Amino acid sequence: MTLLELFSVPFMQRALIAAFLVGIAAPAVGTYIVQRRLALMGDGIGHVAVTGVAIGLWTQTSPTWTAVIVAIAGAVVIEVVRERGHAEGDVALAMLFYGGLAGGVFVTGLAGTGASRLQEFLFGSILTISVDDLLVTMALAVVLILICVGLSPQLFAVSQDADYAKVAGLPVRFYSILVAVLAALSVVIAMRTVGLLLVSALMVVPVAIVQQLTRSFRMTLLGAMGAGLAASVGGLVLAAALSRTGANVQPGPSIVLVALAGFFLVWPLGAWLRRRRALVAPFPETAPEEKPVDEAHPHHHGEKCGHVAVEHGDHVDYIHDGHRHAAHVGAEGEHYDEH
Amino acid sequence: MNPNGKRTVPADVPVQLVHGDVALSGRPVLREVDLTVNRGEFVALMGANGSGKSTLVRTLVGLNPLSAGRLELFGRALGGFHDWSRVGYVPQRSTATGGVPASVWEVVASGRLTHRKLLRPLRSADRAAIRAALEVVGMDAYAHRGVAQLSGGQHQRVLIARALAGRPELLLLDEPTAGVDLPNQHALAAALGRLKDDGATIVLVAHELGPLAPLVDRAVVMRDGRKAYDGPPLSDADVHAQGFDAGHVHCDDASTPSANPAVPTPLKEL
Repeated sequence: MTLLELFSVPFMQRALIAAFLVGIAAPAVGTYIVQRRLALMGDGIGHVAVTGVAIGLWTQTSPTWTAVIVAIAGAVVIEVVRERGHAEGDVALAMLFYGGLAGGVFVTGLAGTGASRLQEFLFGSILTISVDDLLVTMALAVVLILICVGLSPQLFAVSQDADYAKVAGLPVRFYSILVAVLAALSVVIAMRTVGLLLVSALMVVPVAIVQQLTRSFRMTLLGAMGAGLAASVGGLVLAAALSRTGANVQPGPSIVLVALAGFFLVWPLGAWLRRRRALVAPFPETAPEEKPVDEAHPHHHGEKCGHVAVEHGDHVDYIHDGHRHAAHVGAEGEHYDEH
Repeated sequence: MNPNGKRTVPADVPVQLVHGDVALSGRPVLREVDLTVNRGEFVALMGANGSGKSTLVRTLVGLNPLSAGRLELFGRALGGFHDWSRVGYVPQRSTATGGVPASVWEVVASGRLTHRKLLRPLRSADRAAIRAALEVVGMDAYAHRGVAQLSGGQHQRVLIARALAGRPELLLLDEPTAGVDLPNQHALAAALGRLKDDGATIVLVAHELGPLAPLVDRAVVMRDGRKAYDGPPLSDADVHAQGFDAGHVHCDDASTPSANPAVPTPLKEL
């Protein structure tokens, strides 16, 4: 069957709809996770959610709902440990992750369901998305997207500077836990397409791609949603196309690899942009009036000092800490004027 | 605003801390600190590293809980104070920024959150306040730059603009001049001078005042978590030389009720 015929198959259509929404929602939550410097949080929640899925399989209830409950519980524990900032918090979180994964595999064994059933949740599976799963995924994804975009001023402020947000009267703890719960929900809706062990990549890599090019939070948020969408649908189509040839490629790994490929494609452009901005940044057209200041200097500026050299009339200035230094030999020896 | 027009109604006193004790991780950091800041005053909190001046300013905005004592903002006990749009806070600048790019405009816009309702876009009044705040600190040309690209002094001015965007009556700044080069310190002093002229009450933590010195109405020097001096402005040299760091100057007798802890001083010419 051709690729086009594949798209007419119901399970593939369900998988595409799921990939479409998850590709938008996961990076939206991921932007806040990355902003809080918790890039690995999604990974941890994914590990804990394995136990939730296993409980669902064991009790023959919906793995989606047991995963929701366990993932939210795990996410809240992670957030509370992080907030307390204990030195041993790091180790406590590691133990939570291992416990989640080991518990999940163990309980699956108890249930007698094969490892292949669990694997559908670990790395995603195109074939197994039921209509009920799809409806839950769609509803949760829409809620996630609405919250991430609608509350972006508040979530941005809390994630950027929690102390400031607190003095501004925002309920910082509520919003922090909200972000953790959003992360848990995006893990669960992504588990059928990307899988629990790779879900974090779909939250983080699209953000990493676009933040090389952007300088505002808003553009990063929207750009990450677009990049996630492209990676998610592209990866799914890639996996489906390969499976046509008889290979058995799960969608999770192919989605993640497509996203990483996007990162490495954009990287040279980002490196060039950063370099250009770094050269331009200290000298905007409307620089405040600069007053010459003498300053003792620990080293001689020269070709090898690493500071950017700029010709300035009859001499060469060196850019240092955002201002220019000009070598100047005075009575007490060589020093540098700032100007 | 006319500084002589200070009202004496208690509800109008921006900051009143009485016998404040603060412990961080079980270690006492502030002991029996009394501090009243009157409307329109420019108070500099000074002292050596570890003297408790940053802890004090964080306590005043509610970031450190009091283990004993009483704190009132605008006449209301801290627990019952919800009018945070009247307070602007400029935290100590950290070199760490968020993990995601943010533009100067966005950071300053978060200063409007005290005035915004949930799920509402920025109104034109919000935009005007953001623009005005950026102009006061001289950063309006940088609005669409990323904050990660700024120098230390520029970043500091953005944090001040964020506080100003909320149009606060009381502004508290934690070491705004630390790590800021002299031209930026002058720009900062000019911005704070404009605020002071508009009648804002300003409390500022500083290790050294530098170009801010002419603005200061009153200096409070901290030593070992206690108030060691509260009175007319001191020069930087006085603070260090007169032994507030290590010497024998005692704070105003702590057992005296703080009937008049604020020493009114004439406003200096700018």
